[in-house]
Amino acid sequence: MSSYYGRPVIKEPVWTWQIPTYFFTGGLAGASSVLSLGAKLAGNERLSKSALYVGAAADAVSPMLLIADLGRPERFHHMLRVAKATSPMNVGAWILLVSGGASSTAAALELLGRLKPVKLLAETVAALAGPPLATYTGVLVADTAIPVWHEGRHELPWIFGASAAASAGAAACMFVPPAEAGPARRLAVGAVAAEGALMQGMELRLGTTGEVYRRGAAGKLALAAKALAGGGAALLATRGGKSRRSAALGGAMVCAGELCLRWSVFRAGFQSARDPKYTIGPQRARVERAGRSAG
Amino acid sequence: MTTYEQERVGFFTDTSVCIGCKACEVACKEWNLIPQDGTTWTGESYDNTSELNANTWRHVAFVEQERNGDGLRWLMESDVCKHCTHAACLDVCPTGALFRTEFGTVVVQQDICNGCGYCVPACPFGVLGKREEPKDGRVWKCTLCYDRLKGGHEPACAKACPTNSIQFGPLDELRVRADARLAKLERDGVEGARLYGRDPDDGVGGFGAFFLLLDEPEVYGLPPDPVVSTRHLPQMYRSLAAAAAGIVVGIAAAFVGGRS
Amino acid sequence: MGSNMAENHPVGFQWVMEARERGAEVIHIDPRFTRTSAMATKWVGIRAGSDIAFLGGIVNYILQNDLWFEEYVRHYTNAPVIIEDTFADTEELDGLFSGWDPEECTYDTTTWKYEGMELHGAAGNREEGFGPTGHQAGHGGAGGGLRHGEPPSEDPELSHPRCVFQILKRHYQRYTPELVAETCGCSVDDFVFVCEALVRNSGRERTSAFCYAVGWTQHTVGVQYIRTAAIIQQLLGNIGRPGGGILALRGHASIQGSTDIPTLFDILPGYLSMPHTKTYGDFDRFMEANISPTGWWGHFKAYWVSLMKAYFGEHANEDNDWLFRTFPRIDDDNSTYWTLEQMLEGTVKGYIVAGENPAVGNANGKAHRLALAKLDWLVVRDLVEIETASFWYDSPEIESGELSTTSIPTEVFFLPAASHVEKDGSFTNTQRLLQWHWQAVEPREDCRSELWFYFHRGRRIKEKLAGSKDERDALIEALQWSYPTHSPIQEPDAEAVLAEINGSVLESGAFLSSYKELKDDGSTACGCWIYCGVYADGVNNAARKKPRWEQNATAPEWAWAWPANRRIIYNRASADPDGRPWSERKKYVWWNGRRWTGDDVPDFDETKAPDYVPRRGARAEEAIAGSHPFIMQPDGRAWLYVPQGLEDAPLPAHYEPHESPFDNILYAQRASPRRQRHAGAAWDPYNPVADEPGSDLYPHVLTTYRLTEHHTAGGMTRSVPYLNELQPELFCEVSPELAREARLEHGGWATIYTSRSAIEARVLVTRRVKPLVVGGRTTHQIGVPYHWGTRLLSTGDSANDLMHAALDPNVHIMETKAVTCGIRPGRRPQGKALVDFVAEIRDQAQSQQAQEPRTEPGEVRRT
Ligand SMILES: Nc1nc2c(c(=O)[nH]1)N[C@H]1C(S)=C(S)[C@@H](COP(=O)(O)OP(=O)(O)OC[C@H]3O[C@@H](n4cnc5c(=O)[nH]c(N)nc54)[C@H](O)[C@@H]3O)O[C@H]1N2
Ligand SMILES: Nc1nc2c(c(=O)[nH]1)N[C@H]1C(S)=C(S)[C@@H](COP(=O)(O)OP(=O)(O)OC[C@H]3O[C@@H](n4cnc5c(=O)[nH]c(N)nc54)[C@H](O)[C@@H]3O)O[C@H]1N2
Ligand code: SF4
Ligand code: SF4
Ligand code: SF4
Ligand code: SF4
Ligand code: SF4
Ligand SMILES: [Mo]
Repeated sequence: MSSYYGRPVIKEPVWTWQIPTYFFTGGLAGASSVLSLGAKLAGNERLSKSALYVGAAADAVSPMLLIADLGRPERFHHMLRVAKATSPMNVGAWILLVSGGASSTAAALELLGRLKPVKLLAETVAALAGPPLATYTGVLVADTAIPVWHEGRHELPWIFGASAAASAGAAACMFVPPAEAGPARRLAVGAVAAEGALMQGMELRLGTTGEVYRRGAAGKLALAAKALAGGGAALLATRGGKSRRSAALGGAMVCAGELCLRWSVFRAGFQSARDPKYTIGPQRARVERAGRSAG
Repeated sequence: MTTYEQERVGFFTDTSVCIGCKACEVACKEWNLIPQDGTTWTGESYDNTSELNANTWRHVAFVEQERNGDGLRWLMESDVCKHCTHAACLDVCPTGALFRTEFGTVVVQQDICNGCGYCVPACPFGVLGKREEPKDGRVWKCTLCYDRLKGGHEPACAKACPTNSIQFGPLDELRVRADARLAKLERDGVEGARLYGRDPDDGVGGFGAFFLLLDEPEVYGLPPDPVVSTRHLPQMYRSLAAAAAGIVVGIAAAFVGGRS
Repeated sequence: MGSNMAENHPVGFQWVMEARERGAEVIHIDPRFTRTSAMATKWVGIRAGSDIAFLGGIVNYILQNDLWFEEYVRHYTNAPVIIEDTFADTEELDGLFSGWDPEECTYDTTTWKYEGMELHGAAGNREEGFGPTGHQAGHGGAGGGLRHGEPPSEDPELSHPRCVFQILKRHYQRYTPELVAETCGCSVDDFVFVCEALVRNSGRERTSAFCYAVGWTQHTVGVQYIRTAAIIQQLLGNIGRPGGGILALRGHASIQGSTDIPTLFDILPGYLSMPHTKTYGDFDRFMEANISPTGWWGHFKAYWVSLMKAYFGEHANEDNDWLFRTFPRIDDDNSTYWTLEQMLEGTVKGYIVAGENPAVGNANGKAHRLALAKLDWLVVRDLVEIETASFWYDSPEIESGELSTTSIPTEVFFLPAASHVEKDGSFTNTQRLLQWHWQAVEPREDCRSELWFYFHRGRRIKEKLAGSKDERDALIEALQWSYPTHSPIQEPDAEAVLAEINGSVLESGAFLSSYKELKDDGSTACGCWIYCGVYADGVNNAARKKPRWEQNATAPEWAWAWPANRRIIYNRASADPDGRPWSERKKYVWWNGRRWTGDDVPDFDETKAPDYVPRRGARAEEAIAGSHPFIMQPDGRAWLYVPQGLEDAPLPAHYEPHESPFDNILYAQRASPRRQRHAGAAWDPYNPVADEPGSDLYPHVLTTYRLTEHHTAGGMTRSVPYLNELQPELFCEVSPELAREARLEHGGWATIYTSRSAIEARVLVTRRVKPLVVGGRTTHQIGVPYHWGTRLLSTGDSANDLMHAALDPNVHIMETKAVTCGIRPGRRPQGKALVDFVAEIRDQAQSQQAQEPRTEPGEVRRT
């Protein structure tokens, strides 16, 4: 594929480690809030409480990661000077604000054991904000010129959502006795399975571009994600209901796997940006299919 | 208050008359007080600038070609931000730092940019870069000399260009001129001439700064069929909604089957 | 040809681009495919140093195929003139002309003259016939004086075997397309393409121009390169007409100005010759030698006397021969490289360097640096501390141990100069346009303009010498030296200087409006006769900036062109002998029945009719016929053949460069016999050449050049951050074939060496440089820009360390466009090892060479 001295056509993202980590924590927070409310509705207070704390903690870490990435913390609030639907990041910032506010309020009130109705309201709000919080990051990356992200735009919200659900379930398994963690376990196992299938599907659909998930750091991370999440899920499925330690280990493995998955997606973006063939190839094919001439 | 009655202006960069003098690069840096960024010799023909980024808003590409029977060609192209009609950078910017001016150009307001970097991978041309020096971290790109336009002057790069390779003016006029130019080159039998970014129906709605190229865009490091990513945003939001619902359903389903 | 106009004259090149867009054919002939080649409609690659063969081939093509512009050639050139039978051509003498003295290595040019008449040079080498001096003003002030005002003997039929036309034909008959291809390494087809394009685009309806710069001049036969182009343009009728000419693309911003008001050693303002110690005892003899009886140089005395009045005012008068006796003299060639030799020998002890950087910019840089280290004192005036000012602590010779800071006796003064934005003044450009510029900011700190420096220095010297009885001080005392000053630093008023250059009538003080008003009786003063009129009526015409769309196509109200605001000189040639335009399309200046008129200021007596025939004994311009446009020439004609005024040849012949890997395909004489060498000088060793043993150690052709991104020796660009990022490092351009052969890696390093030194450069492998087949042998050319030195924001080795200082004998320019060299992969040895490395190869080469030294017909080998 001819390009200009093999140089990339587009720029790699300038984001650093905080961002994929945030993808994980944001997803964890979002899905946990839903899990918490679900458990509450199902009357599983133990699970609900744990998930609430996990979600609130993840919600609290998230903005810190974002701020750290900006380099200049005082600039974070610029994000909130507008509300802009065309910017997933802006939308996300608002969601994170709502979600974080709600979940921390709920967690604080839970800790203090006061103002029940307010807490319930906060929990509900957090649970409403949770799913978009868990999935918008998929749109965030997809809404760029990075081929492997943009072309994966159909699956990425689903994958991020599934990954979020898996991590929420898995995290809960770590803190909730097996006897009360059934839904969390099933969630984790099911989500890992779904996410695996989604990833596979996306890779296939992406064609050549999908190969970045088998190459370089992204490939290694994808493998690690599969091994950890798959192994963790298997452990949860087989022994998670019996052994507390297995549950904790399995949960941790799934969480680590989900973190790796985000990292894999993250690195894949860099890799596909760096090699001009991923940018040019599909575009050229499109031009040729349409029988147009470029330009 | 700014008025939006101003005609949309832009560039027509005609690479068939570019002599590769880089006066545009230097003029841009001088006018905009852009820091020097590195003195690496690349060995890539006479191009030691390599790409557009935070500290290079004009970049002259050099392509040496030898084609069978045709002899040598040395293509030179002065690249710049395209000031897209549908600008991904502007769309995705979460702070509104990137905005469309009364001249129809796309500009970063440096006091608002928070350095989130979202616009960087969003641009389908890799135009934007983040300035890494300590205490900056914001993104920078061609402003189409917003300050000069406000003062009624043409942009510095166009002013410096000795051969009129960089033509500045109302976009409609430039398009007419470019069409005539292309027709002339075709009459003269110039091979491979084409307009790039002139078409308002392309993936970014046409460029505010478009080009006449003498070869395929990718030869110059340009994408052959750029599409503004936000064109698919509704679709992506639909996926998001569905996936979000999926989470709820999934979690709900997890509760089927009891506590343990 | 011989210039890289797009890269080095980008602003002027916009007009070439515009012409191309309007259908003009642009041909670039250059050893490398450059940014100019990329813009051209056709590029022809040739071997550096082979242009005379190429151009001579064009001359032959035109003559053999009868494609010359007959009426123009017959009437406007010296084609019909019959040459003395003492003349013998290179065809007869195998590469030498008649009159060669192998002992002195000079020509007796009296064997070249027109039949039956004596010639003597005009503002160039006028003292010829008045004793040998070996110097020559190069920059345009040529011409010659016919000893008496008679028309020369001529054959209007152009068939006399000794007429110039026939001599020309014979001289170039062997310059066939095949020979051109074999010598230059181009294809026959490409050569013929160029011939056809030129011819097609010349004649009544069309004109062609040659643009050249230092790709032509920097050769031991540089002047002859340009002469060959002059022959072509005369044969095709392309001089004195719009769109025609041979355009010297000049270098520094006002380098044209600095030859008009010269920084050269052998001429005075307006190309008046500098008196010489040997020849001009008295004023009358000097005048006799310089006043051309016929042609415009017949007014020499008026220009001289007016210049003396401008210098010395009332102190110069008829009675004291306008102070001629005490006027400074030159005593030798006194040029840069001569001075270098004197510095090395210790006879020149002090040196003022203003606005140049010889440690980097001059050929054989090392010799220059070693010479600086022998001085007692050195003054450098520059914008930044350049290598010439810092050689004593950071030159490569300090690194190699050849010099040591503590033992260099030279006292170095660095004086910061103000740049052009910090002062008023004018630039005279390539087109002879004087363009005024105004000061934008005050000079910083101690920076001072040249005007300030020289004015205040002169003022102080005058103060110091006031009242001196010493005869040698008399002239300084006589000097008029007062100019109004302004600003806190007492900056002299630049316009007052311009006014003085323009000149005035002394009695009334009225400004002169034309050089025609100058008198030889001391009633007018003028600082430079060709600039007379720039300040007519007290108006600074150089400052005019009327846009071109508000005036006609010649834009006479944009700035001011010398002479007389004339945009094309010799423009009478734009009309036929009867004064009618050659064609409607190309009409420019014509005779309307009463006077010359047209779009430009006619370069002719306005009322001299086309049928004017000079009476016997007529003088100056009155001796020029109404049909002879070249009024500066004593015979009013353009010279296909130069009977006098050049040191090395009346007709250009192809010679190999001083250093080249080839024999001369045409003649036994390989290189120009008249080239100036420093044979045997330890500071300027030469590589073995052609088939001499040892030449295979330096097998490649090396050429040096410029990049758009840098300027000359780098003081003005290596100090600008933005330019250094554009071209941050020295590199060499080599073909993929040479890279393979010499194992050079793209992006890696190469060491290039000659007998002088070795440098290292990054390797740029490019198809823009091609191996050429010359004389059946594949040759590689290596290109190296010469902008780098040891200092400022980007540093690198200096290409000039590789160059030798063999010179053109007419203008003493060095041959930096074609030398031989060797190349190896990797970086060069550092420090002392570098000196050893160079010496080792050189010794090996020289010992081999000594076994079979080569002598050419023109040489007596000196040991
Ligand atoms: N950007 C920039 N502009 C400049 C300058 C600068 O340093 N930088 N310098 C200024 C000055 S001082 C000058 S004098 C001019 C010089 O202007 P140019 O003469 O254009 O300068 P060069 O690059 O030295 O040489 C021109 C070309 O001559 C070619 N050449 C070498 N040998 C031969 C030969 O034997 N025959 C032919 N036909 N071509 C040959 C080289 O490959 C090169 O491309 O430029 C002026 N303009
Ligand atoms: N190998 C090789 N050598 C060459 C050539 C080549 O082609 N090849 N080309 C030759 C040619 S054509 C030229 S012209 C020479 C050029 O060689 P130089 O003239 O030695 O080099 P420059 O760098 O132009 O030097 C001019 C200096 O003047 C200073 N300057 C600028 N403005 C002013 C001012 O107003 N006052 C004072 N006092 N200083 C000022 C600048 O800072 C700069 O240092 O190089 C020659 N050498
Ligand atoms: S080219 Fe890139 S930076 Fe410029 S307007 Fe378009 S998207 Fe934005
Ligand atoms: S880096 Fe600045 S300009 Fe770019 S998207 Fe973020 S806030 Fe907007
Ligand atoms: S328009 Fe202005 S900012 Fe943009 S490239 Fe040109 S000079 Fe630079
Ligand atoms: S200034 Fe004009 S000619 Fe020079 S490189 Fe830029 S676009 Fe090309
Ligand atoms: S540097 Fe100055 S003189 Fe040279 S081309 Fe540019 S504008 Fe003209
Ligand atoms: Mo020069």
